[in-house]
Amino acid sequence: MAAPVLEMEGISKGFPGVQALQDVSFRLFPGEVHGLMGENGAGKSTLIKVLTGVHTADAGLVTIDDVDTLIRGPLHAQRLGISTVYQEVNLCPNLSVAENIFIGREPRRFGRIDWKQINRRATELLARLGLDLDVTAQLGSCSLAVQQLIAIVRAVDLKAKVLILDEPTSSLDRGEVARLFSVMRRLKADGVAILFVSHFLEQIYEICDRVTVLRNGGLVGEYPIGELSRLDLVAKMTGQELTALEELDEASPDVVKGERLLALEGVGRTGAIDPVDLDLHAGEVVGFAGLLGSGRSELARLIFGADSADTGVIRTGGGPVALKGPRAAIDQGIAFCPEDRKGDGLIMDLTVEENIILALQVSRGWLKPLSQRKREELVGSYIKALRIHPPHPYALVKNLSGGNQQKVLLARWLITRPKLLILDEPTRGIDIGAKTEIQKLVVSLAGDGMGVVFISAELEEVLRISHKIEVLRDRRLVAELDNDGTLTPEHILQTIANGAADS
Amino acid sequence: MTTAADVLRRSPVTPNRRHIPVFVTLGLLLLTFSIGSVRYENFGTPQVFLDLFIDNAFLIVVAIGMTFVILTGGIDLSVGSVVALSGMLCAIGTSKLQLPAPLVILFVLLVGTGFGAAMGYMITAFQVQPFITTLAGMFLARGVCLTLSENQISIENGFFDAVALNSLRLPGGNRLSWGAVTALIAVAVAIYVLQWTRLGRNVYAVGGSEQSAMLMGLPAGRTKIQVYAISGFCSALGGVLFALYTLSGDPTHAVGMELDAIAAVVIGGTVLTGGSGYLIGSVLGVLVLGVIKTILSFDGTLSSWWTRIAIGVLLFGFIALQRLIGARRKSRRSAPS
Repeated sequence: MAAPVLEMEGISKGFPGVQALQDVSFRLFPGEVHGLMGENGAGKSTLIKVLTGVHTADAGLVTIDDVDTLIRGPLHAQRLGISTVYQEVNLCPNLSVAENIFIGREPRRFGRIDWKQINRRATELLARLGLDLDVTAQLGSCSLAVQQLIAIVRAVDLKAKVLILDEPTSSLDRGEVARLFSVMRRLKADGVAILFVSHFLEQIYEICDRVTVLRNGGLVGEYPIGELSRLDLVAKMTGQELTALEELDEASPDVVKGERLLALEGVGRTGAIDPVDLDLHAGEVVGFAGLLGSGRSELARLIFGADSADTGVIRTGGGPVALKGPRAAIDQGIAFCPEDRKGDGLIMDLTVEENIILALQVSRGWLKPLSQRKREELVGSYIKALRIHPPHPYALVKNLSGGNQQKVLLARWLITRPKLLILDEPTRGIDIGAKTEIQKLVVSLAGDGMGVVFISAELEEVLRISHKIEVLRDRRLVAELDNDGTLTPEHILQTIANGAADS
Repeated sequence: MTTAADVLRRSPVTPNRRHIPVFVTLGLLLLTFSIGSVRYENFGTPQVFLDLFIDNAFLIVVAIGMTFVILTGGIDLSVGSVVALSGMLCAIGTSKLQLPAPLVILFVLLVGTGFGAAMGYMITAFQVQPFITTLAGMFLARGVCLTLSENQISIENGFFDAVALNSLRLPGGNRLSWGAVTALIAVAVAIYVLQWTRLGRNVYAVGGSEQSAMLMGLPAGRTKIQVYAISGFCSALGGVLFALYTLSGDPTHAVGMELDAIAAVVIGGTVLTGGSGYLIGSVLGVLVLGVIKTILSFDGTLSSWWTRIAIGVLLFGFIALQRLIGARRKSRRSAPS
């Protein structure tokens, strides 16, 4: 094989409180498409940011064409031949297609910008990649997929040797992905080295020659794609060494299935999740398993009405309902603890009491405020029940640990006495002790007859507390598994890796 | 009202959607001018039209600078005060210190440019809101004016008199003041800069998305400093023209002119959030305001406050128009293609 165009050796990068990269090495050869794989927090973005000069590594060497290089910033990276196309297109929507390709290095004649030449050359460049567009049209009027291709054209015309594509496919449909891939193949044939980040396994297997897997800021390994089965890849990404999973405690809780709370019939949303059929019962914990981007959170948001479904019907015991928004879902007794507790859930500058009381107050309406005594009583009882620490209703939520913040969020919804509780990654980023407490709490809530949807990236956790597991992949529900005590994480991994059991 | 937009929709060539506001403003100018011509005798003459340029030369120049700033998504509230300060400096320099006029004018232009560049530096380097920075600049320049003199100073200078009293003779016995000629030259230069130089294109890019402009390797910070420097220069030049027009410097001149300039730019179709608009639109915007003022002076019975009412109504109308166009563009983009 030829010499690598880019080599990173022993790269480490720390931020206050986090070691984002630890001794990671990475090689990129001309004319290859190289997948960078890893779950959230694995260090992919940090590695890319080191490459594009946004961050400077604490330790390690970057070599470009056998020359030790210190990348000083995005502009410097571009000059070195490293171009990046981000998930969000970073072009100017108010300029024309051609201008977006050439701005900053416009051809000039007698000191003035030569628009004719810009438009002609832009047309040629796009044609080379099989795109036939009106280059004088405003960029903003093009679809996102086309904008992404234009960003690539700009990047490549900057004489890129290395092209970094950071999740370019996350908002594209199948046809658009195919078009992107054909462009990538052409560039590859021209000798461009492409670093490709995607959460979609199928795409990785379709386009990549080799993959590098990161986990928790460390390097797991570099593999030719042909020598790595999907199962192995998923195992390496999630760190679930299959042998180590044998000794999982088999204490699957008893199922006390109650009445049907909610039935989803063909409920889906374009670009978020394909139509899904799903029944949710009282007293049942349903686990959603799948990699990031598999559609697990999207499905939860549809059930809560945070996004509206394009297709399908949702039925409750009383017949079909239109969940037009969270308010309607709350009225139906559905509660949702979102994944991003800081962004979507808690209000950091308010006290524990104010945060807990919020949802109840909303559902009562602002005209019927709770009395001070009633509030203290209610909040006090939940602080005790969930063992929120510090046990002080007037502490500011931002000063609590992650686990206790999560409990505050839980308390907020429990206080409204929901029939169905949706928990999206309730245990992420919190310590083991708090994690176990929340798991126990979920089991006991279900024991009391509440329906629970439990979403987690950790398969062991899902297995430990769920009665039924819905496996999602690539925005589709691919399997429904009964957790009858014989199910192992290996089964689930296999299902995630293979798609539906039959494929 | 059948607007220019309707006419264009029928034309075989589909127009660029962003030209529509400029055509609407042009239509508005023609409409108001025709109304004036029909209602009042002696209104529909070439000289009345040329007077629009003569009486608003300083506002045209100030609006040029404001267009640059607003195209980047910024705002410059200091322009009125800088106009007054420049007029004061002209008056003091020529009439009190008896310095040669060209030297004084050069100095005034340098002061204005430097003042604008300093504000631009504040905005870029310290990430201060343009609104706050230029508000401070507005108070500062006005304060300096009043410190220099609390009263009007008349200009008694051969050069100023000669330029102010003579004018460019045009065929048909019409005339155009040298101030207006200067303004038209400034417009031509500004259009060239915006359309055919990198600086101009960077202005549009920064206004479209500063973040993207930076990631594309464009000098976003430098561009922002440059537009405020341009606005400072234009304000100073506007001040010189204002001094020529009134042959005096007055610390209370041009109070609120920044708002007239912003109004003209918005009526001319430039979007306040930046990235979209044309310089010629701002010129048309100034002319529309000028026609309204002329109509009121021809009428003689209407209170001059009607100008303000008309400006208010027009502003509402144009902001609504921009919203409509913007909303349609968005819905087109989100539609699957």
